[in-house]
Amino acid sequence: MAVNVIKPGLSTTVQDLGRPGYYHIGIPLSGGMDRLALKTANLLVGNKESAAVLEAVFMGPELKFGDEATVAVTGAELPPRVDGELRPTWTSFKVKKGQTLSFDFLKKGARAYVAISGGVDVPVVLGSRSTYTLGALGGFKGRKLEAGDKLPVGKGRAAKEGRTIPEKLRRFPGSPAELRMLPGLYWHRITKAAGAQFFADTWKVAPEADRIGYRFKGGKPLEFVPREPPFGAGSDPSNIVDACYPYGSVQIPGGTEPIVLHRDAVSGGGYFMVGTIISADMDLIGQLQPHMPARFVEVTMAQALKARKDRTSLINKIRTSL
Amino acid sequence: MKTRYSYGGDEHIFVECDEEMSLEAFFKSLSMTSAVKKARIKGVTEICPANASLQIKFDPDKIKPSDMLKELKAIEKAANKAKHTMKTRIIEIPVLYNDPWTHETLMRFRERHQDPKSTDIEYTARINHLDGVDGFIKAHSGAPWFVSMVGFVAGLPFLYQMVDRKRQIQSPKYLRPRTDTPKLTVGHGGCFGCIYSVRGAGGYQMFGITPMPIYDPNQKIKYLRDFMCLFKPGDIVKWKPIDRAEYDHTVAAVEKGKFSPRLADVTFSLDEFRKDMDAYNAKLMGALNGR
Repeated sequence: MAVNVIKPGLSTTVQDLGRPGYYHIGIPLSGGMDRLALKTANLLVGNKESAAVLEAVFMGPELKFGDEATVAVTGAELPPRVDGELRPTWTSFKVKKGQTLSFDFLKKGARAYVAISGGVDVPVVLGSRSTYTLGALGGFKGRKLEAGDKLPVGKGRAAKEGRTIPEKLRRFPGSPAELRMLPGLYWHRITKAAGAQFFADTWKVAPEADRIGYRFKGGKPLEFVPREPPFGAGSDPSNIVDACYPYGSVQIPGGTEPIVLHRDAVSGGGYFMVGTIISADMDLIGQLQPHMPARFVEVTMAQALKARKDRTSLINKIRTSL
Repeated sequence: MKTRYSYGGDEHIFVECDEEMSLEAFFKSLSMTSAVKKARIKGVTEICPANASLQIKFDPDKIKPSDMLKELKAIEKAANKAKHTMKTRIIEIPVLYNDPWTHETLMRFRERHQDPKSTDIEYTARINHLDGVDGFIKAHSGAPWFVSMVGFVAGLPFLYQMVDRKRQIQSPKYLRPRTDTPKLTVGHGGCFGCIYSVRGAGGYQMFGITPMPIYDPNQKIKYLRDFMCLFKPGDIVKWKPIDRAEYDHTVAAVEKGKFSPRLADVTFSLDEFRKDMDAYNAKLMGALNGR
């Protein structure tokens, strides 16, 4: 079965749970930025949690279906319409052969996940169907969707209509968004006062916010602990000898605007990092729009692991509710 | 050299072998990397060596972060005792220095450069007290380079020249990063060289371009059919200065599937290298000629 792309949306890509194992040669994980929403969309339509879906940013695509399928839209509140008729989000619905799926304007969040029963069936590259646009790898021809694309969809069991997830099991960032961070890496490069200021400030998501990373602005510049630059690092106080960047790591070039790396991360570079957003909160970043307020909240490893457990129990509740 | 460990959130451990770059720190990072690979610790999903550090990504549902840390510290002890030798390969990379494409690009971004009146090579030659462009090319291509890290973007090698620290070429990054760099640009920032595997933003000085693709996601290029990235950490690179005619010829040969990079298997010994770097490098480069 094929789905025809009438309008591609702003930046719609094929994503699954990602491509581990190649970060050491600069190929990042990729995959959905809000993995909980991605898994939920798949469960609603009867797919495996790891099936490939469409990730639509800020604006939905317009898709004409070549055959009947069950569809679910999760993540951002991007209300779907079938031949113009409104359908609920976080709920499975049918799209018949020849019908068109379109979307209203974004109401909340940033990234919607559109699962189609059978899963998007682009070729598997290095173990994943996810799109890594910077490397023109995976997904649909290594790029975001364009009008006229014919998207292959696999065969598979289609769940019935009307399966839904209660609102309390849908996870969204608050306002300001609270991103929990474990300090570390090169945290010692900034003064104690600067560290306290970093957590006290309310930041705003900058317009440069994409799958590679999210930039934040509006906090006070950080004061560095003075040093002799180590050989090979570079003269700026925020420079380090180029090193690998963890997913979720928070680098602050020049000490001014923090950047949190995400699923299409550059794998390394020469800027110091003050810590790492914990795994449980990475999904939330994918739902942040530019100009939204956000705070970094200091946590310990014990708190990070507890938060991870809570997130696992949330996906377990979603599984059992269906 | 002092090793420092840090958690990168609940899924990573970062190991800094040294704060500054040196061949010793790079070797330690490589030997720890291969020891971690061999140890097959459960839950490990990524093992990434960098210039003077490494990073492990793991699943904390399978192994507690504190246990992962213990494993790594035990591996470090063993790696300290490891011999500083490794089997690797030397690869010859043709370079057209001062090529028209990086020249056009560097002129376009001149206001972002430290010295808008010189080219990147002229500037770097001057601040490193080299004898103009020719002196620069001689120093740059005269001794081989280690691939000390692969990353930033897919397949991009960071390179560290195998010479005394006082002979190492150093150059700052652009004052503000460019929004464009031609694909396959040979660049330099700090003490590191690189080859831009794809077109895109960049802050390194631009010295030339190679006709030889190093990343092919479609795996159509003959020598990238087995794997889409050419380089891995520990490879040794020898630059070969070429002229425009050879550049054009090589581009055409790559397209026709008639080009294969010149490479040879070698064993590298850090101790032997330290005894007489120039003689050792000459021997390494000789391997490319079947010597």
